[in-house]
Amino acid sequence: MSTLAEAPRDQFQTDANRTATDDVRRLAVRRALSNYQTARNRTGATFTDWKSARSAAATIKHEAVNHLDKYLEEFERKFTARGGKVFWASNSEQARNYILELAAARGVRSIVKSKAMTGEEIHLNPALLAAGYGVVESDLGEYIQQLKGEAPYHFVFPCMHLRRDEISDLFEKELGTAKTDNPEELTMIARRVLRRAYIDADMGISGGNFIVADTGMVSITENEGNARLTVGIPKIHVALIGIEKVVPCLGDLALLLPMLATAGTGQHLTGYNSMYGGPRQPGETDGPEEFHVVLLDNHRTRLLADPEQRDALHCIRCGACLNVCPIFKNIGGHTYGTTYQGPIGSVITPHFRGLQDWKHLSGASSLCGACTETCPVGIDIHHHLLRNRRNAVQEKPAPSESLVWKMFAFLMRRPALYKFASRFAPLGSMLHPLIERTALDPVRAWTDTRDFPSAPLRSFRSQFKAHQAQKAAAISQKGGAK
Amino acid sequence: MRVTLFVPCFIDSLYPNVGMSMVRVLERLGHTVEFPEDQTCCGQPPFNSGYWEEARSVARKQLAVFQNAEIILSGSGSCGAMFKVFYPELFHGLPEEAAAKAHAAKTWEFSEFLVNKLGVKDLGARFDGRATFHDGCHGLRELGTKQAPRELLEHVKGLELVEMGEAETCCGFGGTFAVKYPQISTAMAEVKCNSIRETQADYVISNDSSCLMQIGGWLNRNVGSVKCLHLAEVLASR
Amino acid sequence: MNSQNGDREAILGRVREALRVPAPLKHPAERSAGGEPTTAHFREWLPPVGPSLDEKFALFAKLSETLRSELIVCADLAQAAAEISSLSSAESWKTIALHRGGLLDKLAPLLPSGLAQLCVDGGYDKNALEACDAGITECELLVAQTGSVCVTSDNSGGRVLSVLPPHHIVIARQTQLVTDLTEAYESLAAKYRANYPSMISFITGPSRTGDIERILVLGAHGPKRLTILLLP
Repeated sequence: MSTLAEAPRDQFQTDANRTATDDVRRLAVRRALSNYQTARNRTGATFTDWKSARSAAATIKHEAVNHLDKYLEEFERKFTARGGKVFWASNSEQARNYILELAAARGVRSIVKSKAMTGEEIHLNPALLAAGYGVVESDLGEYIQQLKGEAPYHFVFPCMHLRRDEISDLFEKELGTAKTDNPEELTMIARRVLRRAYIDADMGISGGNFIVADTGMVSITENEGNARLTVGIPKIHVALIGIEKVVPCLGDLALLLPMLATAGTGQHLTGYNSMYGGPRQPGETDGPEEFHVVLLDNHRTRLLADPEQRDALHCIRCGACLNVCPIFKNIGGHTYGTTYQGPIGSVITPHFRGLQDWKHLSGASSLCGACTETCPVGIDIHHHLLRNRRNAVQEKPAPSESLVWKMFAFLMRRPALYKFASRFAPLGSMLHPLIERTALDPVRAWTDTRDFPSAPLRSFRSQFKAHQAQKAAAISQKGGAK
Repeated sequence: MRVTLFVPCFIDSLYPNVGMSMVRVLERLGHTVEFPEDQTCCGQPPFNSGYWEEARSVARKQLAVFQNAEIILSGSGSCGAMFKVFYPELFHGLPEEAAAKAHAAKTWEFSEFLVNKLGVKDLGARFDGRATFHDGCHGLRELGTKQAPRELLEHVKGLELVEMGEAETCCGFGGTFAVKYPQISTAMAEVKCNSIRETQADYVISNDSSCLMQIGGWLNRNVGSVKCLHLAEVLASR
Repeated sequence: MNSQNGDREAILGRVREALRVPAPLKHPAERSAGGEPTTAHFREWLPPVGPSLDEKFALFAKLSETLRSELIVCADLAQAAAEISSLSSAESWKTIALHRGGLLDKLAPLLPSGLAQLCVDGGYDKNALEACDAGITECELLVAQTGSVCVTSDNSGGRVLSVLPPHHIVIARQTQLVTDLTEAYESLAAKYRANYPSMISFITGPSRTGDIERILVLGAHGPKRLTILLLP
């Protein structure tokens, strides 16, 4: 049991050690993100007042999340009144089974998907493939990752870590296409293949960026048009969405959509923002005959029950916190071993999948706060990492670490002892070179890659004392001269 | 004004000149500087590691030591943030909450104190060289310190200040993070230091010695030509 | 599973239990007078748009250029038809798809006779639509602040016409230009009351992707070109 429980942490450590020194990948990620940063800065600057907009966005999400029952019921009422079907899933298994049973009942053969992180979260594709359905991811990045047999690297930019030549090689191997170093040609290859997928599919599956309570709609944001086609062409549609995605009213999107675009990709507005209120309505030209929304809990209510961190459910999955995170930039998305990578993933995964198994993600942060600064809905991301650390210790302190901090506190509560101990710093510094970077070096984790400063002979304390004495002497001398 | 210094453990033992430079700058401005001998650590290491009870026991000691201070001045944005932002959270709902808030309210980061409390920008300092400034994350994002150190440095004669591309990027120190995840921490230091080197500066200046320990540690090991200085050391030089 | 709704009651029960302890609002905004959600303040913070029609048009034109939408101001329907005709010959179109509507019913007879027309109303063959060279639609609104075209399943030929053919042509009137998304939603609410079309979509430029090295490529899955013909 204990080895099983340690697995995610070990995987993280091993992968982080490897990826943090993978200079080729780190450079590719940094290049891709520098394009993002330029666009985001430019678009963000066009806002009259980004901070107030952010407070308003946070207020909308706070209202929704703190009255989640009311707004979900309102959505359900409005959406079903227009012929939609709502299914409530407590966990991954219930969500998967509902979709599998629906596909079986309707005689579905092939399925086209547009990007859905909830699909990754419940491991939907493996279940569908095992049941014999053809499943094609239609978002270009997701399609590339599907061909590669890899999970998305970043929940907004799924294949941002790949260079064009790697994608070209992949297409050559999997699709038999000619090599090219032109991103446009690569995109057109995928376009040709995927056109057939929309036409042939019996079922479309998507995620959703927002659930709108007052009009009973699902809002989907995308750039490529693949979600428009996925929700438009096949005769059955399923949208798989986390319960926290609800907003009170349609008008709220007038703020949230531009903020999502600006923070997510640096656009004023993403290419297609579409609100769907159920299946094809009487008198309409086209659209699915059936539209199912699967509302997914999967431990979101566990996070909801923590008022201190409840605002983590305000997240609109823009990915901005990943894009600015120096940890993400250096270790990349796969290292996290989670569906939701980066700072927000490190906050929510311990709630979703178990604090003791995933607490290491909250530990692997320098707490620089770039995530919190950039978050368009004002989530207190890096402070939540601190709170996860505290909760993990409260729940189950590690004996050796606990002893270290008890001794530390013991020392720091006793100034005399502390002063006595710190007198040995210069001596330690003198002796340190003898053991530096050997197994005996107590700070080897530091000295393997960085020099450790040596302590001067005289601490600040003793220098300040001498300084005060000198001043006092000068004053008494002056006094004596009078 | 009576100014009470908080000198973090690593400045006390490893960078005493930073503390002495703060003393010199303040005394030149005519202020009385005091240093309560019984201060130890702000408690951030156990706090950041999740051991809040142990952090509280250390923090209580500091609350008592600085009880009568008018101004608590910290030469590290990080320890300053511990006092100013995290003490109130640490004691939230506890009997010491009011004391923690009072302690937070009188805590100042060095550059903010000079510029925004005393209204001083020109300290008559002279320092010849080309330098770039590193924003310590805690000072920048917990305390909102961005302009104050730059305004002070702009008035230093002989100093040429060049901004680096990654000025606001974390150096990767992060306290115990630096030794718990040394590979990630070092990768971050590398990014930071490469940005410093691109400026062709001779010096990197910061208002946080803990960051400088990380930056200097990497630079000394890998480059050796760029020197690290605390803001106070530059401001104290003539 | 408890019922055909799934775990509805269990989930709502957990939600209510979780919400018994309130969470503080860390970033209070000034918007919630009386606690009721209102959108009145949004435009004070979002990118500004001038109040006059000229300013709105200027911004829409500027954003269209940035987005690589092609905005063509036409004096009348005859000019619009001529523009389509020249696009048609430049791209050697054989078939275009369109739908019935106030503007399109008048435009359709003016289009080149050699260009076959597929009208989607009342159903269509999806393979035939996929084979069309261009789709022509009307729209609900144009949004100055974002350079967007708002289409709906009600007035723009359903869900697919505006996104499946490789070239999307929108025919609109200048009076359809609104300031921002807030005004767009207000206008849609006024028009449809409680009975919204099953799809509302804000199209902002031609289909695009940055998935490969964050480099912009147009025409990922939807139209490679978006042409907006603007009538007085």
